[in-house]
Amino acid sequence: MEPQILGVVVMFIATLLLAVPLGKYIAKVYAGQHIWTDRIFSPIEKLFFRISRIDPTKEMNWKQHLTVLLTINLIWFFWAMFCLLNQGWLPMNPDHNQNMTSDLAWNTAISFLVNCNLQDYSGETGVSYFTQIYGLMFLQFVSAGTGMAAAAVVFNALRDRTTEQLGNFYNYFLKSCTRILLPVCILVAAIHLFEGTPMTFKGMDTVTTMQGDTMHVSRGPVAAFVAIKHVGTNGGGFYGANSAHPLENPNYLSNIVQMVAQILIPFAMVFAFGFYTNKKRLAWVFWSVMTIGFLILVVPAIYTEVQGNPNIAHMGISQPGGNMEGKEVRFGATASAFWSIATTVISTGSVNGMHDSFMPVSGMNMLLGMMINSFYGGVGVGFLNFFIYVILAVFIGGLMVGRTPEFLGKKIEAKEMKIAMIIALFHPFLILVGTAVASYLTAHDTNMGWWFADAAGKHNASGWLNNPSYHGFSEMLYQYTSCSANNGSGFEGLADNNPFWNISAGIVLLFSRFLPIIGPVAIAGILAQKKFIPVSSGTLKTDTGTFGMLVFAVKVIIAALAFFPALALGPIAEWLKMH
Amino acid sequence: MKKEIIPSLLLTIVCILFFSGVYPALIWGIAQLAPNKGEGFVIKGDNGKYYYENIGQKFTDDKYFWSRPSAVNYNASGSGGSNKGPDNPDYLAQVQATIDTFMKHNPDINKADIPSDMVTASGSGLDPHISVQGAEVQVARIAKVRRIDKSVVEALVKKHIDGPMYGLGPERVNVLKLNIELDQTTRRQ
Amino acid sequence: MKADNKESLFKKDLVAEAIKQSFIKLNPKYQYRNPVMFTVEIGTMVMMFVCAWILSGEHSQGSFAYNFIIFFILLVTLLFANFAEALAEARGKAQAASLRKTREETPAKKLIVPGEIFTSETQVVASSQLVKGDLFICETGDIVPTDGEIVEGIATIDESAITGESAPVIREAGGDKSSVTGGTKVLSDKIIVKVTTEPGESFLDKMIALVEGASRQKTPNEIALTILLAGFTLVFIIVCITLYPFALYAKTPIPISAYISLFVCLIPTTIGGLLSAIGISGMDRALRANVIAKSGKAVETAGDLDVLLLDKTGTITIGNRKATNFYNAPGVALNEFIHAAVLSSVSDTTPEGKSIVELGNKMLSENAVFGAKLDKYQSAVLQQIDFTAETRSSGVNLANGVMIRKGASDAIKAMVQKAGNLFDLEVTEAVNKIAGNGGTPLVVIENDRVLGVVELQDIIKTGIQERFERLRKMGVKTVMVTGDNPLTAKYIAGKAGVDDYIAEAKPEDKMAYIRKEQAAGKLVAMMGDGTNDAPALAQADVGVAMNSGTAAAKEAGNMVDLDNDPTKLIEIVEIGKQLLMTRGTLTTFSIANDVAKYFAIVPALFIASIPALQRINVMNLHSPASAILSAIIFNAIIIPLLIPLALKGVAYKPIGASALLRRNLLVYGLGGILVPFIGIKLIDMVVMLFM
Repeated sequence: MEPQILGVVVMFIATLLLAVPLGKYIAKVYAGQHIWTDRIFSPIEKLFFRISRIDPTKEMNWKQHLTVLLTINLIWFFWAMFCLLNQGWLPMNPDHNQNMTSDLAWNTAISFLVNCNLQDYSGETGVSYFTQIYGLMFLQFVSAGTGMAAAAVVFNALRDRTTEQLGNFYNYFLKSCTRILLPVCILVAAIHLFEGTPMTFKGMDTVTTMQGDTMHVSRGPVAAFVAIKHVGTNGGGFYGANSAHPLENPNYLSNIVQMVAQILIPFAMVFAFGFYTNKKRLAWVFWSVMTIGFLILVVPAIYTEVQGNPNIAHMGISQPGGNMEGKEVRFGATASAFWSIATTVISTGSVNGMHDSFMPVSGMNMLLGMMINSFYGGVGVGFLNFFIYVILAVFIGGLMVGRTPEFLGKKIEAKEMKIAMIIALFHPFLILVGTAVASYLTAHDTNMGWWFADAAGKHNASGWLNNPSYHGFSEMLYQYTSCSANNGSGFEGLADNNPFWNISAGIVLLFSRFLPIIGPVAIAGILAQKKFIPVSSGTLKTDTGTFGMLVFAVKVIIAALAFFPALALGPIAEWLKMH
Repeated sequence: MKKEIIPSLLLTIVCILFFSGVYPALIWGIAQLAPNKGEGFVIKGDNGKYYYENIGQKFTDDKYFWSRPSAVNYNASGSGGSNKGPDNPDYLAQVQATIDTFMKHNPDINKADIPSDMVTASGSGLDPHISVQGAEVQVARIAKVRRIDKSVVEALVKKHIDGPMYGLGPERVNVLKLNIELDQTTRRQ
Repeated sequence: MKADNKESLFKKDLVAEAIKQSFIKLNPKYQYRNPVMFTVEIGTMVMMFVCAWILSGEHSQGSFAYNFIIFFILLVTLLFANFAEALAEARGKAQAASLRKTREETPAKKLIVPGEIFTSETQVVASSQLVKGDLFICETGDIVPTDGEIVEGIATIDESAITGESAPVIREAGGDKSSVTGGTKVLSDKIIVKVTTEPGESFLDKMIALVEGASRQKTPNEIALTILLAGFTLVFIIVCITLYPFALYAKTPIPISAYISLFVCLIPTTIGGLLSAIGISGMDRALRANVIAKSGKAVETAGDLDVLLLDKTGTITIGNRKATNFYNAPGVALNEFIHAAVLSSVSDTTPEGKSIVELGNKMLSENAVFGAKLDKYQSAVLQQIDFTAETRSSGVNLANGVMIRKGASDAIKAMVQKAGNLFDLEVTEAVNKIAGNGGTPLVVIENDRVLGVVELQDIIKTGIQERFERLRKMGVKTVMVTGDNPLTAKYIAGKAGVDDYIAEAKPEDKMAYIRKEQAAGKLVAMMGDGTNDAPALAQADVGVAMNSGTAAAKEAGNMVDLDNDPTKLIEIVEIGKQLLMTRGTLTTFSIANDVAKYFAIVPALFIASIPALQRINVMNLHSPASAILSAIIFNAIIIPLLIPLALKGVAYKPIGASALLRRNLLVYGLGGILVPFIGIKLIDMVVMLFM
């Protein structure tokens, strides 16, 4: 097989092989079963809980879970704001980077709090090492832990019984961080150290190049950061260029490690659900549905990127590496295209090539990945999003076989439908309304005043676009889609570090993080309280290919119906024009 | 909500100390075992100069193998790509101009031999590599400028082709390493 | 009544009434109940204003004719949806009204009760004037004026007006057969009946109200589905509103008509328009099966049933047991035994007793040894001993002092052993053999000496196994309830193909069984007629009372079966499933349709400024205007085209849930994607002719 194709196949298969045992491990962690990491972490966790005056065995109902989740997230928000607004005088700032403006701090704090990691700043110049490590990297751990803990609550609620008691949130949260994220991170970081990723607290270095130019090289504690960035599907890069940066992602091996690291837990959470609830077949159905969706998106993307840009082909040069604009030679078009889709379906949003310069088909598939947002999805929350679609599919499917819809022995009724529908609605609402406002302002080339100024100091709204026409539309659409999917990647040409984009994106981020956690946890909590109905031959079986097909169809149809016009005016029009 | 504030706050504090203190310290400790103690791989050059192996440098002199165009002009205090869309007329004009410049400096080659990576900006703007074809297409120019035999340069390029890592991924040439050895070879001759 | 079942869906007078109603239902106050169609109505009104605007000189919105056509098509869409609902209502009402008609015009002989003492004085009043508690008299030839309970007398009654069954039935005071239904005819004798319902509150009246819009309440599933549809509608509101700035950016002005058309096409009007029609026709189908449901929810619940409790007698077996064989005890001549058995049964009026006499006489005369005469036996009987639950035996005391008893083997065994006599091993063997074959052994003794065993056999109804098999495939477990001993019950259960049985059942056993199943999360249905069934009927999720049953039973259940047919539950389950399936499949169909509509309308909207989008005009529609018109015309006419499906329901096949889902996804999902591509293209070809 061609070594570049083989490379992505290896990434995918390696992830799957690691994810199944990891899923089993995660299930045991949440079930409180004895595991080998007990010896290391039990004393640490006990100490933490004692200091925090928390009884980790106290069971909570779904409302209590959400209360704790929101409270602790609020505290983290304030901490992040503090770091960003005071980094100038705080320690560990060898490059003397400035305090953030308040709108950028708002956007950045929220963005890392909600596991999105949209970065309107550049890591080299925008933040100090203190902020990177104590502000942002801390949030990368705990925001991932939050999502996983919420998923654990849902797992707990979906067991075959009737209960209100759904475990302890602090317990799920801390164990997610210590027992799942941390060990994987240490492994990933260690590999990076030996491939050339820096881990130093020394600041920028200055070297003279062979030609005699002076050149500054940003360094920093990158290895620790890059590990949790991927393991927690955060995606926020240490450097501005994210994983395209040769220190953040030095070679093909580190690229494989980062790829595996970011899909690993999204895969494993699906299997963990199967092990935890003892529904392994169902877990495989879910995983297959996700995988089919992923493959449908990734194959055309690889194909078009490898084919190259037809406009450049017309200029008479060759494109042996495909469309190389915005891509690194050491990864090649195949691995970059694979990454671009992987990172968008799982809400990491790290990049190893610049998405803005990808071909329209790839751009559309990245957008679709985020619009659907549950072909794997982010750590924990991906499963929660998927769960919403499952509820909708169960409802339609249940009716189609002539039986009141039920999922895992619990009836799906009006209340659950209401919550599921609100969650399903909010995603297109945030994306389309955000894009609509931006498009309106761009179309009128409004004078934005304080809200926006381009590099030349002009306040015209159209100045935030880096590309004209359909692609410009895609840039705005991508920004809000990325926010609403808590993804964090961008069509980075968009000039987004200004009050308009910082603030509007921050609002979208908040809603799109917490509603999709509250909704599924609420549904699961309500279902858990309902009477358990045993399966009969009239029951719609969910662990079958047919049901998998239905879930897939529901996702695709909802996404297609909500976003078709927008996609038609962006990437589809661009693609049709180019061909 | 009120009664959860204190435990949440306390847990936050211990978590900050643990994940932002203990964890990075551990990784830093491991880094002390890694090459160059985790400060980035460096290559020693002449006169006590050193270069970062993984950070591409600007090479625009005809005597050196050029690296790829960069949106940040190879200044590694920042990083980034052009972020130009594939159908942007300005962008396409820019690519055309880069091709023309390339042809001007390499008059002996076929336009069709220019690989696209030599005329497009990388994602980081710091790409240390070019494609094998990107190196080969510059051989004639280098030989001419340096007045050395073409076959010597060709052999040098061949020597610096990094094959797929563990059989995976693309072939590539590290421009910096190639140019360092190019200088050394020229001096020897 | 039954003949009506096959009537055409579109009967002239019903259609006329439905058309009238379609216009009345345009009232926004009424439309508000249905969010999907309500938004269509708003869209229609907007188009009306746009038309008026153009007439007043506006030029940005295209020609008046084009806008007016769009307005007209939207109006027609609304009318079609209203028509579907109105037609379903009209059919239901017609069905119910024909049931009701008979009794309203019936004169009733009301008993006048002066003080506490009954007199025979009667007064003729209209049946509608009878109130609950009134008494009336019915004599030979009278039509029963309203529902009631017999308090005195016994009569044969022709219930064919209600059930379609021509064989007369016997109704008498006391016991479980005391109920009479309005509209039935007394064939003989005289009864005094107490009115059990207020005028306008009979089950039939309730059902008519359910079919009519006024009191129809949405079922839980309907509410959940409405939420889903409202959600989709909201999504498309967002899509259409945000399209405005998108179009501004793309520098393509979009006329209001195009927004409205896109919106109406996208929202699920097909299912939205047919939703209430589907619900009503579910009730109507139940009524056509001669079942009166007290709520729509009951019919829906029937589709979810897991467990069905059925009485053995009359449901699984034909009527009663019959004697099929005599086994004489060792040392007793067969004839002597038969003689005694017949003697013991001559005064026994139970069907079992009669069958013993019948078989005995036949065998004796065949043997020609003992030419017996019935009256000869009867004269010998001194005293008839009736069956009681305590003794579990019956028999006779003869004039000559001989006591003959027959009864359940264990009861008789106890009597025999108490008297110090031997209960022969061979007798026990005969008993076990009979029970093992599903028969009921009846041991006959003469003065505590065992004479032999009579075998009584049940006759299982033909075709019952297939019906149970069908239920099993639907996922419904059948449970046979019988007073038989466990061995017999097991045999019959096996032979009939039921999944479980309750032997030697007392009414409280049924109750316990229902509770047990419900505790395990299952939905249970049962049929019953007696007053002692009432608690279990109330406890069951679906309780079907026989129309012949007592008022208490009918009050406790949530359905009444006019045919008194215990296998009716199978039909009810299918009606319930059909109801849900019809909603599910039409929802899928409706949403799937949107794919093709997008491919018609989106290129039409933007083709002027983005010519590249012509390539997604895959149907190659003639022009933007024709594309939009074709899409909304398709959207409108699909509603009446699907009315027959909505009213008749999607066919249910018990092939297992997964196979059913596959089939429906293929037909209505894939079909829903493909059909509009063809339909819109065809309509476009026709529209082209006029442009």
